[in-house]
Amino acid sequence: MARPRRLLAVASGGGHWIELLRLRPAFAGWDVAYVSMFDNYAAAVPGTRYYTVPDASRFDKLAFPKVFAKAAWIMARERPHAIVTTGSAPMLAFLSLGRVMGARSLWIDSIAQAEEMSSSGRLAKRLATQAVCQWPEVAAAEGLAFWGGVL
Amino acid sequence: MIFASVGSMLPFDRLVRAVDDWAAANPARPVFVQIGDGAYEPRHAPFARVMPQAEYRQRLRDCTLFVAHVGMGSILQALEDGKQMLMLPRLHALGEHTTDHQLHTAARFRDRPGLLIVDDVGQLQANMTRLLDTPLAAGHAISAEASPSLLAGVARFLDTAAPRRRPDGQ
Repeated sequence: MARPRRLLAVASGGGHWIELLRLRPAFAGWDVAYVSMFDNYAAAVPGTRYYTVPDASRFDKLAFPKVFAKAAWIMARERPHAIVTTGSAPMLAFLSLGRVMGARSLWIDSIAQAEEMSSSGRLAKRLATQAVCQWPEVAAAEGLAFWGGVL
Repeated sequence: MIFASVGSMLPFDRLVRAVDDWAAANPARPVFVQIGDGAYEPRHAPFARVMPQAEYRQRLRDCTLFVAHVGMGSILQALEDGKQMLMLPRLHALGEHTTDHQLHTAARFRDRPGLLIVDDVGQLQANMTRLLDTPLAAGHAISAEASPSLLAGVARFLDTAAPRRRPDGQ
């Protein structure tokens, strides 16, 4: 009997979360747990495990240690085989932890990054197993793959 | 009914104030505003800080004009619901976002049917009135799924992360 394959799908609140939800058909066959920033998002993913991390935008760098601590707790509980994220910066914590714990990770830079890759995406290039952009020109400039967009 | 939203992550008082001023000048036309963490509270329109997602979505479905920042969450959900959109980009220079990526998004989506992106609050207010009276020819509602090629790419990646075992245990 194969172990169930566990996927952690993570995204910040707002557009990043909406982008992540549009990827759900690709998660078929996986045991998926979700992570974002607002409790009420749980209603969008019924029947799955849902966790939150504190909001840590770039205006509030002190929140990062709190995000990292919660991310470590979630990773210890879930022990995912794979991590998929549509950003943003706080979700880099999961990529770092995924490296240490042997999870394969995919960063999909936001479709909002229409002219250049996000600064968090540039960090993700080094942390994630794979990083892709949603605009062909942006992907080409970064030497990354373009697989298409959430739209 | 106009539903105006600055999204859920950062304040955007310039848009909230413009919508509130318009509401003051157009008392017969109902407006509801999601203002996020903004300091400015509307005095001429009912508002919420950040609504639960289900309530937000219902407001979006019930409106005849969606006014928003140029956020991808706003664009994607309004496209899924086939709503006409009037949008004002956040500017980095005014401290409205961490970068000017909303201008880049605006450039990419400016010509899409059902969506009008304006450059300042004067144009925003003028077009609130215009689009209520003469709605844009909205594009048809899109599906709630990413493009087939991106879905295939993600599925392929996941297969490499933990290949499905064969039924015979090989």
